[in-house]
Amino acid sequence: MTWLAAHGTEAIFWWFGSLAMVSAALCITRRNPVFSGLWLIVTLFSIAALFVILDAQFIAVLQVLVYAGAIMVLFLFVIMLLNLGRQSSTDMRGPTGAGFAAGLGALLLFQLRILRHAAPPEAVTLPAGSVARLAQEQGLVASIARPLFDTYLLPFEVTSILLLAALVGAVVLAMRKL
Amino acid sequence: MPPPGFRLDLLWAVPALPLLGFVGNGMLALTRPKAKTAVSIIGVGVLVLSFAAAVAAVAGFVRLHPAAPLVFRYWEWMPVGDLRVDYALELDYLSAVMILVVTGVSALIHVFSVGYMGEDPGYARYFAYLNLFVFFMLTLVLGSSFPVMFVGWEGVGLCSYLLIGFWFNEKINADAGLKAFVVNRIGDFGFLVAMFLIFRHTGSLDFDAVFAQAPTAFTAGDAAITATTLLLLLGCTGKSAQIPLYTWLPDAMQGPTPVSALIHAATMVTAGVYLVARCNVLFALSPLSSATVAGVGALTALFAATIALKQWDIKRVLAYSTISQLGYMFLGVGTGAYAAGLFHLVTHAFFKALLFLGSGSVIHAMHHAYHATHSHEDAQDLRNMGGLRHHLPWTAGLMWIATLAIAGIPPFSGFFSKDEILGAAFARGTAEPIWLAYWVMGIAAALLTAFYMTRLMLYAFHGPNRTGEAERAHLHEAPWSMTGPLAVLGLLSFAGGVINVPALFGGHAFLHRWLAPVTAVADQMHPEVALPAGVEWTLVAAAVLVAGLGIFGAVRLLRLEAPVPARVAPPERGFARVLWKKWYVDEVYDAIIVRPIQWLSREVLWKTIDARLVDGVMVNGSAATVRVFGWVGSRLQTGQVGSYVLLFVGGVLLVLWAALR
Amino acid sequence: MLLAPALFVSAVLFTLGVGGVLLRRNAIVIFMCVELMLNAVNLTFVALAQQLGVAGQLFVLFVMAVAAAEAAVGLAIILAIYRHRHTVNLQNINLLKG
Repeated sequence: MTWLAAHGTEAIFWWFGSLAMVSAALCITRRNPVFSGLWLIVTLFSIAALFVILDAQFIAVLQVLVYAGAIMVLFLFVIMLLNLGRQSSTDMRGPTGAGFAAGLGALLLFQLRILRHAAPPEAVTLPAGSVARLAQEQGLVASIARPLFDTYLLPFEVTSILLLAALVGAVVLAMRKL
Repeated sequence: MPPPGFRLDLLWAVPALPLLGFVGNGMLALTRPKAKTAVSIIGVGVLVLSFAAAVAAVAGFVRLHPAAPLVFRYWEWMPVGDLRVDYALELDYLSAVMILVVTGVSALIHVFSVGYMGEDPGYARYFAYLNLFVFFMLTLVLGSSFPVMFVGWEGVGLCSYLLIGFWFNEKINADAGLKAFVVNRIGDFGFLVAMFLIFRHTGSLDFDAVFAQAPTAFTAGDAAITATTLLLLLGCTGKSAQIPLYTWLPDAMQGPTPVSALIHAATMVTAGVYLVARCNVLFALSPLSSATVAGVGALTALFAATIALKQWDIKRVLAYSTISQLGYMFLGVGTGAYAAGLFHLVTHAFFKALLFLGSGSVIHAMHHAYHATHSHEDAQDLRNMGGLRHHLPWTAGLMWIATLAIAGIPPFSGFFSKDEILGAAFARGTAEPIWLAYWVMGIAAALLTAFYMTRLMLYAFHGPNRTGEAERAHLHEAPWSMTGPLAVLGLLSFAGGVINVPALFGGHAFLHRWLAPVTAVADQMHPEVALPAGVEWTLVAAAVLVAGLGIFGAVRLLRLEAPVPARVAPPERGFARVLWKKWYVDEVYDAIIVRPIQWLSREVLWKTIDARLVDGVMVNGSAATVRVFGWVGSRLQTGQVGSYVLLFVGGVLLVLWAALR
Repeated sequence: MLLAPALFVSAVLFTLGVGGVLLRRNAIVIFMCVELMLNAVNLTFVALAQQLGVAGQLFVLFVMAVAAAEAAVGLAIILAIYRHRHTVNLQNINLLKG
């Protein structure tokens, strides 16, 4: 019991983390793009769980709603629309391509190994648990909403214009006739 | 700074007039080559005016009687670091003599050329080149610094090439011109390196500055000055056709005869003697070099005389005679008797020009005769001549005057000049024995000179005529435009000795005293050895005896009936063959120098370096490299997003690696 | 204290995303791998936000918005390409080949 109390959070973190990694690996290796999409959804859910463990509950919900709920649905829509579900041949590259992919990937991972020792400097680090306390004091949504509409108002507005542009662009691109 | 007298300031006109003639005749040659009268007027006119200007300049100079040379700086040519070279002309006692000789003899030869080259289609071009030559020669003798002199030096070499190969449509003429130029270049290399050494030691290239500083800048007799003067000697052997660089002069006879007279007898080939006389201070500082100069001169004099004994082409005999007489001049200046050497230069200009122009008359007549009968015989071969004094009496008579002068018979001019050189050599021989050897060589050469010149005259003008029955009717004397200059030169050959009659004969040695300021420093270092009067008279008698022996021997030993016309003449045998073949020197040079260089040029420089290395590796190779790189680059443009992404990721990894170091 | 594991997971997910982009030829699957990479970065932001302040979570918000816009436009492009070339295999979309 004491082990769980002491390492419980970490255990759950690693459970969901491994789930994310495994499902991501499966995602990139399925022949059928529908299955790739589904495994990606599993990955997104796992990441949402990780968000919760990391004191970002609102973001976790947004992840599920927006990413898994809207973006992936859009992906599956397009896959179905183009009738890519039935693939006779795989679209994965041959041994050379796979070799390059694996090689470069390994290289990248090797270069990122220094993240093991990454830690922000003491001067800018907040005391442990301060985000959780902030959420408790102001409420989950308010702790995010307040800076959003205060300090980051401009990016917020610009993002809305971006979304508008994307909307128009997507409609125009997908039209059959202008 | 001398007060600019009206006449002396016009010194620039002396070389400028022939240059103007070159421009005028050159334009006529390009646009209206048939305008013979205009060309004649311009060509001869500028020379006559130039001579007049030279006389005026010298007259003004005499009136002024300056202690130091007059230098006129016209513009700044090369101010580079410590070196300052101006285009400047200098008038002193030495250059005064030279410009008078050059312009005077040139004017006479120009007049002769009007008649001689009258029917040649390249008439305008000829006069253009001849005028240009005189311009360069005057630059050479009037230059007040080594570089300006070198401009003239190179320029006369260029004009020599142009004029020797005047009839370049025949390969033999073009080859002769090329040979002259290339052999000269070897000498020029020596001259250039000597200039570098002079600048290094004295810090200047102007004559005044160099000769003033030379006694202190160089230690007498050491390696630096000896090397410098020997290199200058190399330049002289090239330009003045001495051993080892004389081989171009006989070939140069391919050019028109007036060219041979002007360039290869009277003026260009004397440039080397002038150089030694001008640099007398330098040569006096190096007794070894002076001895070498004299030795080269004496040896060449004897060597060339032996070859002349067995030549059948009339111009070849005269060519080797020129080489031999130039040897005498070098013997003179090498001994320290600069006035004697220059005296012989002046007298030689007179009688050698006369001999060449006379032979030109002969050749002119022979050409006409053969042309009339459409024969293809050699108009210059002695074996085709004979008895020409009946047909060309004036030429014969005048050439006899020149022959007696060159043999050294008194009172002709050549006697005084040759005798003075031999006397100076003997005088120095009383102190150092090597000079006695030179004297012996000089005497031997005098004997041979008298012999072969008499031989030439006998075979050409006396005895039975071998030209042919039909041709004989067409042999006639040259027109007055040609015999006129001959007469003037004849007079000068006879009486020219007056300018330097030595004290022995009661004269005042005018030229010797005239040149004394120029050679003052050298004379101080090596004072002249005075011989007792008795010895001097003995030497004179010996020289005259030898000359007389030569003439007499030729008259007695040569059977005038013996030669047969050239086309049926048998080839020479034995030792005569060796002499006829010029001691095989050309063949030796060909084997040792020319062929290896040709091999080197063809196999190494052309086929390997030029074709393989420069063309193949550098030019084609760089093109091929660019093509390879281009091919590699084009392989990257696959049009596939996948490969682009691959490269992209590779780049990111690289940046990451650099950022995380 | 969960920073290091979170960064590790994030690195692995990112690497898998890169590998997927290099491995696959189907345009839509490649797109999905790009989304995977974006998510890995989101995880990094959130993990650091725990120590550096709530601004990190705001970043994730913006990333999500942009990802949504990008997905919409990208898929529209893929649709347009499919209409012309009847394929989404990147091997066959090679009009830029020089």
